[in-house]
Amino acid sequence: MLICEKLELTQGTFQLSADVRFAEQAITAVIGPSGAGKSTLLLAIAGFFAAQTGRVLLNDVSFMSAVPGKRPVSMLFQDNNLFPHLSIFENVGLGLRSDGKLNVADQKSVLSVLDRVGLKDMADRKPGALSGGQQSRVALARLLLADRPVVLLDEPFAALGPSLKDEMLDLMQEMLVKDAGATVLMVTHDPADAQRVADHVAWVADGVVHAPRPAAAIFADPSAGLRNYLGKMG
Amino acid sequence: MAQRPVTINPTKPGGIAVGLVLALTLGTLGAVAWRADWGCGLGAADWAAVRFTVTQALVSAGLSCLLAIPVARALARRRFWGRSVLVTLLGAPFLLPVIVAVLGLLAVFGRNGILNDALGALGLPEVSIYGFHGVVLAHVFFNLPLVTRLILQGWLSIPAERFRLAASLDAPVGRLLERPMLRTVLPPAFLIVFLICLTSFAVALTLGGGPRATTVELAIYQALRFDFDLGRAAMLASIQFGLCSIAAALAWRMTAVDGFGAGLDRSVDRWDGSRWGDAVVIALVATFLLVPLIMVIVRGVPGLLELPADILRAALRSVTIAIISAALCIGLTLALALRGGRIVGLVGVLPLASSSLVVGTGLFLLVYPIVNPAKLALVVTALVNAVLALPFALRSVAPAVDKITSDYARLGAILDMSTWVWTTRVILPRLRRPLGFAAGLAAALSMGDLGVIALFAGDAQETLPLAMYRLMGAYRMDAAAGAALVLLVLSFALFWICDRGGRVDADL
Amino acid sequence: MMKPIILTTVAGLCMATAATAETPVLTVMTYDSFTSEWGPGPAVEAAFEDTCACDLQFVGAGDGAALLARLQLEGPRTEADVVLGLDTNLTAAARVTGLFAPHGVTADLALPIAWDDAEFLPFDWGYFAFVGNAGADAPTSLRALADSDIKVVIQDPRSSTPGLGLLMWVKAAYGDDAGQIWADLADNIVTVTPGWSEAYGLFLEGEADAALSYTTSPAYHLIAEEDDSKVAWAFDEGHYMQVEVAGKVASTDVPELADQFLAFMVGDVFQTIIPTTNWMYPATTTVDGLPEGFDTLITPAKALLMSPEDALAARPAALDEWRNALSQ
Repeated sequence: MLICEKLELTQGTFQLSADVRFAEQAITAVIGPSGAGKSTLLLAIAGFFAAQTGRVLLNDVSFMSAVPGKRPVSMLFQDNNLFPHLSIFENVGLGLRSDGKLNVADQKSVLSVLDRVGLKDMADRKPGALSGGQQSRVALARLLLADRPVVLLDEPFAALGPSLKDEMLDLMQEMLVKDAGATVLMVTHDPADAQRVADHVAWVADGVVHAPRPAAAIFADPSAGLRNYLGKMG
Repeated sequence: MAQRPVTINPTKPGGIAVGLVLALTLGTLGAVAWRADWGCGLGAADWAAVRFTVTQALVSAGLSCLLAIPVARALARRRFWGRSVLVTLLGAPFLLPVIVAVLGLLAVFGRNGILNDALGALGLPEVSIYGFHGVVLAHVFFNLPLVTRLILQGWLSIPAERFRLAASLDAPVGRLLERPMLRTVLPPAFLIVFLICLTSFAVALTLGGGPRATTVELAIYQALRFDFDLGRAAMLASIQFGLCSIAAALAWRMTAVDGFGAGLDRSVDRWDGSRWGDAVVIALVATFLLVPLIMVIVRGVPGLLELPADILRAALRSVTIAIISAALCIGLTLALALRGGRIVGLVGVLPLASSSLVVGTGLFLLVYPIVNPAKLALVVTALVNAVLALPFALRSVAPAVDKITSDYARLGAILDMSTWVWTTRVILPRLRRPLGFAAGLAAALSMGDLGVIALFAGDAQETLPLAMYRLMGAYRMDAAAGAALVLLVLSFALFWICDRGGRVDADL
Repeated sequence: MMKPIILTTVAGLCMATAATAETPVLTVMTYDSFTSEWGPGPAVEAAFEDTCACDLQFVGAGDGAALLARLQLEGPRTEADVVLGLDTNLTAAARVTGLFAPHGVTADLALPIAWDDAEFLPFDWGYFAFVGNAGADAPTSLRALADSDIKVVIQDPRSSTPGLGLLMWVKAAYGDDAGQIWADLADNIVTVTPGWSEAYGLFLEGEADAALSYTTSPAYHLIAEEDDSKVAWAFDEGHYMQVEVAGKVASTDVPELADQFLAFMVGDVFQTIIPTTNWMYPATTTVDGLPEGFDTLITPAKALLMSPEDALAARPAALDEWRNALSQ
């Protein structure tokens, strides 16, 4: 279980407290108004943002002292998830070995996961030759291959069209949660995304990360702030 | 700041590089000052030299930058036959030995030049190039192409997506994209040109028309070689350093941080701007740059026949030093660019403010008690040339490194890339274009070096520029012109070969 | 029985190799154009090595002024044994460094002026002159030049020996009126270059009607290029001389060899090489006389030359005058 234990994040006037637990093998959507700190929370868990106090634990082991690469965490950013000068094959291969030196077994794994996302024929192409949807699938393939217990998604599919985005979300759910059993935290601006794939929803507002509640429940009975937010989204 | 900067760039080599550059610039100044017998201070003439130096440098740099903007804009927008050749040729004036370029300019603008012939034929009064305006003209000739290339690289760093966006919105590209880009590219470019003009020597005097056009560098030359007044030389060099620091500090405050985001290595298509306006600008610049060069070639060809056999050996020596120098320069540049930070920014600019005379003399003083300088001539020359080319190389490479880091460092970090893997698999491949340019520039600048080698080389180690000067000093002007042509062609060939690796864009 | 033979043979071999390994080296520091392929250097080296059983090595160090600066940089630890190529504008400063020893050579010199210097021995000399194109208007004096519209290019006295020569020339000819002459010359001067090559190059390119050079410059064009289109202008006030000298370095490790070289320098072999390689007049009268073509050169009526000490003393004030006059 992924636990944020009395985490305090501050930067200038920004302030966020998180004292929550995230369900494992499930998708938790992180929603809230702009500037609330959703992305910052993810960055802190990943290790790109230093917390003032508190710690993050996975299965009762704290990984606060580890650098991002050594944490049991994978992350997709809003952009720049692939190296443009490396081929699809090489990009995915980085999920297995950071130096890209793959032995025969590794290479087979890469091809098989590319096959899984339907891009085996494009293995030698560069990201620039692929569409937005295809690039997202490559990124997902790498996540699958890296097989880390915690996956953080900071709106990586926001630039795709609605049906493509839904397709990606479904694929992500199938691959990462159903197959790999990861704990997925997903920042999203669109409550429909949460309603579609999220098991839980964490509401972030007013400097606090509220405890995640089951998705169905939270949308049926939102708090005042959440209702306001949802109302605005119409 | 709770936001932790991602540091997978290696910083140790940068520390060594910083130390080396400081030793070669400030350390040599210290050696000269140490050896000096401190007499009286600087006279009124020296201060007049400082004033003139600063003024002409400011005007030259300002004009170069201003004129480069439309040229770069035109070049970034248009595709035409010979474009890539023109872009590479933009490197040429900068690489010429000064006296060669000056004679080329005079062939066009001098009393006996083409321009005055044309004016005379039209019945118009002749124009004199000698004076403050002549100095500025020559400096613009040398530096306009450099600034143009730097701005062009700036244009290419704006992702194609932004242009599409601007075009689809019918938005003014100038305000939206150009100005932010210029705010990051121009201040450092201005600084570099300012410092080049600050340390100018032969141009200022020859075209300035007289002692009013004395620069600090000439005063240093005089102090070192004629009066052997090391104290005065050291003081003047310190003033040069001081001016450099002030200029660098001012340029920094004006440089905005780039916020463009990564493109996906696609080519740049654009839909703005007038075809004719651009064509005129490009034609004007091409003429201004190419005609003097053509004159140099025309004068040099007959001289080729009169070249002594030694020239080949001298040329070979020059090329060897140039290649070593380029390799050293690339190493230093990478180390410094990866380290980043303000110190690197300042260190990267120091060599420009150094007088190569003082560096050479200081090094000589440091080396002479230990070993015969002639034995070290090759290595020392290559090293000093590498350091002197460093500012230009850095100006090309550092922004690219910053961009790569800001775009992809997080990705590299989360993928647990080691420093070595990050540097070799991400940074280096994406630096092909600026590294090629930097290597080419360093090699070509080294070819034209005349300063340090003169102090260190014995007779058996003549380089091409030295051979050229010796020919000139022996009345053999035609042969010297031939040697200048060989020098031009070789410098250029080296530049082309290195630059080809990443010239405009691999996709084009 | 065999042992002594072997020992003697070995000893003999050792001595032989020692002898060849010990060829003394004479290092002569001079200016670049002296040692170049078409300068006097190669011929001098060949001729001297024939007579001395030594190895003569030249070290080139820029021009005359750079020569002195290089010597001062190296100090007493210098490897140079002889310094060749300073001129009289530099000898006072050179003497002050204390790096030179008396040469002890007496020679039958053929200079237009009397020579009396214990440390420095002349090896060639010339007159400064403005060199212009044949057939064009030629002024007959500095005064005439200053009053005319003729355009000339000169060198900077702060970075070039001919430039300094012109400065001394005007001073020697006009004394306190030198400033006025410079003021009048200001409009004739197209530009001032850092060195001789640039000025002469500009003149050849047609940027000016004349350049400051030597009376012997036309000889180069005549003899080497068979071109008689250049002439030197003869001035009534007289012409300033450039006397080039050599000196023995006090800290030399081969003093006898240095003495031998200096004596060789004023001998006939060396002096005959000079005119068509260095393009100056030899310091002594050579057996064969001057080469053909040298007789077409102008010979000034008056030879001007300030003593080294006077020249050094007059320099700062003269420079100020020059700078003020030309900065108007």
